[in-house]
Amino acid sequence: MTKKKDKKAAKGKTRTIKVDYLARVEGEGALYIRLKGDEVADVKLKIFEPPRFFEAFLRGRAFREAPDITSRICGICPVAYQMSAAHAIEAALGLRVDGPLRALRRLLYCGEWIESHTLHIYMLHAPDFLGYPDAIRMAKDFPEVVQRGLRLKKIGNEIMTVVGGREVHPINVRVGGFYRAPRVEELRALIEPLRWAREAALETLRWAAGFRFPKFERDYEFVSLRHPEEYPLNEGRIVSNRGLDISAAEFEAHFVEEHVPYSNALHCVLRERGAYFVGPMARYNLNFDRLSPYVQDAARSVGMRPSERNPFKSILVRSVEVLYACDEALRIVETYRAPAEDHQEASPRAAEGHACTEAPRGILYHRYRLDAAGAIEEAKIVPPTSQNQKTIEADLWRFIPPYVRLPQEELRGYCEQAVRNYDPCISCATHFLKLEVERG
Amino acid sequence: MAKRKPKLAVWKFASCDGCQLSLLDCEDELLALADEIEIAQFLEASQAVVRGPYDLSLVEGSITTPQDAERIQRVRRVSKHLVTIGACATAGGIQALRNFQDVKEFTAAVYARPEYIRTLERSTPISAHVPVDFELNGCPIDKGQLLEVIGAFLNHRRPQIRSHSVCVECKRRGTVCVMVAQGIPCLGPVTHAGCGALCPAYRRGCYGCFGPMESPNTESLGGWWKRLGVPAEDLVRVYRTFQTGAEAFRAASEAHDKEKG
Repeated sequence: MTKKKDKKAAKGKTRTIKVDYLARVEGEGALYIRLKGDEVADVKLKIFEPPRFFEAFLRGRAFREAPDITSRICGICPVAYQMSAAHAIEAALGLRVDGPLRALRRLLYCGEWIESHTLHIYMLHAPDFLGYPDAIRMAKDFPEVVQRGLRLKKIGNEIMTVVGGREVHPINVRVGGFYRAPRVEELRALIEPLRWAREAALETLRWAAGFRFPKFERDYEFVSLRHPEEYPLNEGRIVSNRGLDISAAEFEAHFVEEHVPYSNALHCVLRERGAYFVGPMARYNLNFDRLSPYVQDAARSVGMRPSERNPFKSILVRSVEVLYACDEALRIVETYRAPAEDHQEASPRAAEGHACTEAPRGILYHRYRLDAAGAIEEAKIVPPTSQNQKTIEADLWRFIPPYVRLPQEELRGYCEQAVRNYDPCISCATHFLKLEVERG
Repeated sequence: MAKRKPKLAVWKFASCDGCQLSLLDCEDELLALADEIEIAQFLEASQAVVRGPYDLSLVEGSITTPQDAERIQRVRRVSKHLVTIGACATAGGIQALRNFQDVKEFTAAVYARPEYIRTLERSTPISAHVPVDFELNGCPIDKGQLLEVIGAFLNHRRPQIRSHSVCVECKRRGTVCVMVAQGIPCLGPVTHAGCGALCPAYRRGCYGCFGPMESPNTESLGGWWKRLGVPAEDLVRVYRTFQTGAEAFRAASEAHDKEKG
């Protein structure tokens, strides 16, 4: 480009980067970026997935129905909805699920992490790094790699099938525990597959560590759960690297949802400080010391540090979490003893309960208010993707300028990749808006 | 020259993504399937979009916005065969619960900026808008049934999807009837087979994910549930869940709603 043209560009020729329908994300979203010269003038992650109003029709339903109904918000992470719903209602009813039932819930969640993360690593994200439109075409050149990914993903699904009954919308979770706790021999059948899975997860991490990562870092506020002993799944306080340390019951005092005109999903922000970052990157940065020594060593062996701030490296962090989930699942399966009871009896009372659990994509907040007969009077749900939307946009504002002279197609590809870093789940993000009717 | 591979397209409307995920959950079959067919449009999995027309379109989700009501017409025009996958596309999905609500109550619900949202009054199945060649039900659909449907359409035959009830699947699986033996209310006698009678195997009554079987006797089942002590309002709710828009379940819910009084 000549100097003259440079000047002209810098002066303010407007161009736009549009992705009308983001591919390889869950749900329907679009990306709109306007550049004025070399400056970014606007970034909008537009979510046009139709809202489905779950919070509205949860009203009047029995508390026992909440895990089944809310799981239908998302087919990719139904266990997360079942876990947050069950824990929030148990908090309201004064139940505490412990022992083997607690371990089974952790195992079920490990299954979902393995399935969901492996789907994203191999089928949605890796094609960006290797230059393919999808994993199926990638499999033409790397058949063993894609087959390894599919087999690993399948083992996550097998855990969900054994513990939950099926992989999409499991049927076995209930308030107070499970309908039927699996028998010891049912879980034993998972040991061999999980041993293979742990090896495959390690190979996945090494494979992903060989990718080329665009240089990019920001000073994020990471938010995740933190538990006294464990890498967080179902329990813990909500913490951040800027001093946040609250219980789930205090969530709404610190976080607020904003409505923007171009999106069917709300933007959730911290009242005091604005945008924040949830999900694998946040969990890893805030809980590296809670990973088992085996997993910490594996991360270090591929050059990762306890703090990683480049969102393009989220594929590495997801790989570390898959390794952790396989290792943890194996530990639970090997030490499992069937519980005396499949569940604790729950008796209704008028009360309110809150819970936050770690969905694959980050913290998922549920609140329920129940009447004396156990009917839901009010429900509130804040999924991870609505929490990350603002951070995704903020990333693009900062990421684009150094790359602005790249050819349009290449720049567009990087921008899409920057969105996929967050594994956004758009079906989740639009579950809740209230309704305005257009007759037609 | 090799024969042209049939083109498959996957489309999404209002839904949870779980039914299209079922295709990616066919881990053992996916690569073999991709050898037989061209996955020409499947945005959840691929950026590559091949122009239509498509030999087979799988449609997930229900119609809930004016834009989607137009989009489904375009999908039909470019599709030789159109198959709905899942409860949303086949019966309107759980979001069809809005169809029973007083719309004013919804609009009155306080919301920051409701003027930003555009949506229709009702959530309707695909068949309310365009002709559908086959409906595969389930919340979510069953992977095995999905592969059968894809295979059938690509080989120009009708899919072999049995229309009997979940009860037959329990017998096949060797599960003792949870309603008879343990007094657990179960929708199995009126629910379409497909899940493999999962819930009774987990000591739980069926809750109707696969929608009504071919000729459901909901009236008789209602009597059985009442003898187990289930109040009418619970019967209303159980039919008004994931298959609330399916005709037989809608009618049963309304019949029990009248009994409440």
